[in-house]
Amino acid sequence: MTAAPDAALAEPLLDVAGLTLRFGGTTAIRDVGFGAGEGSLLAIIGPNGAGKTSILNCLSGVYRPQEGTIRYRGEDLRGMRPDVIARLGVARMFQNIELFENLTVLDNLMLGRHRHLRYGTLAALLYGGKARRAETENRRVVEDIIDFLEIQAIRGSLVGMLPYGLKKRVELGRALAMEPTLLLLDEPVAGMNVEETEDMARFILDIRGELGVTMIMIEHEMGLVMDIADQVLVLDFGRRIALGPPAQVQRDPAVVKAYLGEAS
Amino acid sequence: MTELISSGLVRGMGIGSTYALLAVGFVIIYRATGVINFAQPALMILGAYATSVFATGVGMPFPVAVLAAMAVLAAVGMATERVALRPMVGRQPFAAAMVTVGVLTVLFVVAHRLIGTQVRTVGDPWGLERASLFGVSVAQVDLAKIVVSLVAIGAVGLFLARSRLGLAMRATSMDQEVALAQGVNVGRMFSLAWGISAALAALAGMLVGTSAGGFEAITALVALKALPVIIVGGLDSIKGAVYAGLLIGIAEALTRTYQPRYAEWLGANVDVVVPYVIMIVVLAFRPYGLFGTREVERV
Repeated sequence: MTAAPDAALAEPLLDVAGLTLRFGGTTAIRDVGFGAGEGSLLAIIGPNGAGKTSILNCLSGVYRPQEGTIRYRGEDLRGMRPDVIARLGVARMFQNIELFENLTVLDNLMLGRHRHLRYGTLAALLYGGKARRAETENRRVVEDIIDFLEIQAIRGSLVGMLPYGLKKRVELGRALAMEPTLLLLDEPVAGMNVEETEDMARFILDIRGELGVTMIMIEHEMGLVMDIADQVLVLDFGRRIALGPPAQVQRDPAVVKAYLGEAS
Repeated sequence: MTELISSGLVRGMGIGSTYALLAVGFVIIYRATGVINFAQPALMILGAYATSVFATGVGMPFPVAVLAAMAVLAAVGMATERVALRPMVGRQPFAAAMVTVGVLTVLFVVAHRLIGTQVRTVGDPWGLERASLFGVSVAQVDLAKIVVSLVAIGAVGLFLARSRLGLAMRATSMDQEVALAQGVNVGRMFSLAWGISAALAALAGMLVGTSAGGFEAITALVALKALPVIIVGGLDSIKGAVYAGLLIGIAEALTRTYQPRYAEWLGANVDVVVPYVIMIVVLAFRPYGLFGTREVERV
């Protein structure tokens, strides 16, 4: 009966359609479409070179796809600058750690608060009452994230000094400091041991459960994908070959063929 | 003793703090954009000119005239960045540094036109007045230079270290793409860096214009002293700029005071050479400067 609220609920946070990205004569992504509902976790899998990271780069504005639409909360992100997209609440964790190695963990997280800079340049220069209050609030959010990720012990350390697993965790923290609506994770557990992988999986589940953040995750670790993803998008040579819940995708003949080759 | 303090240390620190102010301007732009801004001398002398116009021409109270000149030069700096340097984003820093040499030429021609051939004064209240510092008579203008420079540098340093815009500026200097992903408007950070740097240059121009009875267009070349200063202090270190500025200023003043008396055989104007001698010595032992970061590349 009440069609309008239902329709609003059904509207996904992110709706990508007809996405096509070309580099000169090479087509990296060809007519790919998918969506992500509020609070869901979409995993993107596929062989190397399938275009997974290119899709994240389109979403975050680093690449400008030639065709298609990227509707996010009713706006088309296509063609927007990366910093504008970040300020709309799209945070990102990079495949290769991209932290500021010469800054402390705390400063790296505070940088994530940049989009919540609510005072102007002049106020910042004078560091008046308004700027000071805003900074106190930002500091509180960052301290919460430090607690959440259990990195109290290293808060003052220079990031360059930290081991790999912790750096990944700090990078996740910086993305969370943005208080994002959509979080893009590019291989969050790549190169991690079993224990670190389990920690990261727990954090990702908590982020979805407690914070309700929508996530898109590229991952090669199939166990993790099957355990925590709601939907799986499978790419091969820039095309979508499957999209659905993990159990269904796992049995899809096209997926099996892409991963194991013709004979199977 | 009196001579050592008044014409050696205090005068040296006065000149040196002006160098430090100019050097900090270089460091801020270098840290934000990776570019050495060779246009700094022209910005400095335009700052002296603007102060002169506001204070002696328009008749503003001196502090107001100084602030107004800083604001005007900040705008000039930002406009320069937008027009000449923004198109160079993503190119080699070396190429962008060459663009600033072009900007120097253009602005210097403008400054020459505006200033003309006569000597101007900035209308400062210090003149040749002297003050007593621990019983020693020193020039007021030297004290003014030290206080004004250090306060301005302190404020900028605090801004960069403590505020989140300052943090964003530092992040931009380390990795622009990742800074973008945090929502940092990188272009605005460049603009801000040029604005602050040009405002500091204007302040330095005012201080340079106070001494020795005013300034002329060619006084701009004083700003080149900031080059040995940033190399001695380290290209990316504000602290280094301050220490190296004071060091070089004092070394220059001491040489000017004592060399003609004790080492006359070296010839005249040896003090002009001193900053570069110090620079060469430091380069030989610490090529990244006394306070610079090791990985910093040279332009």
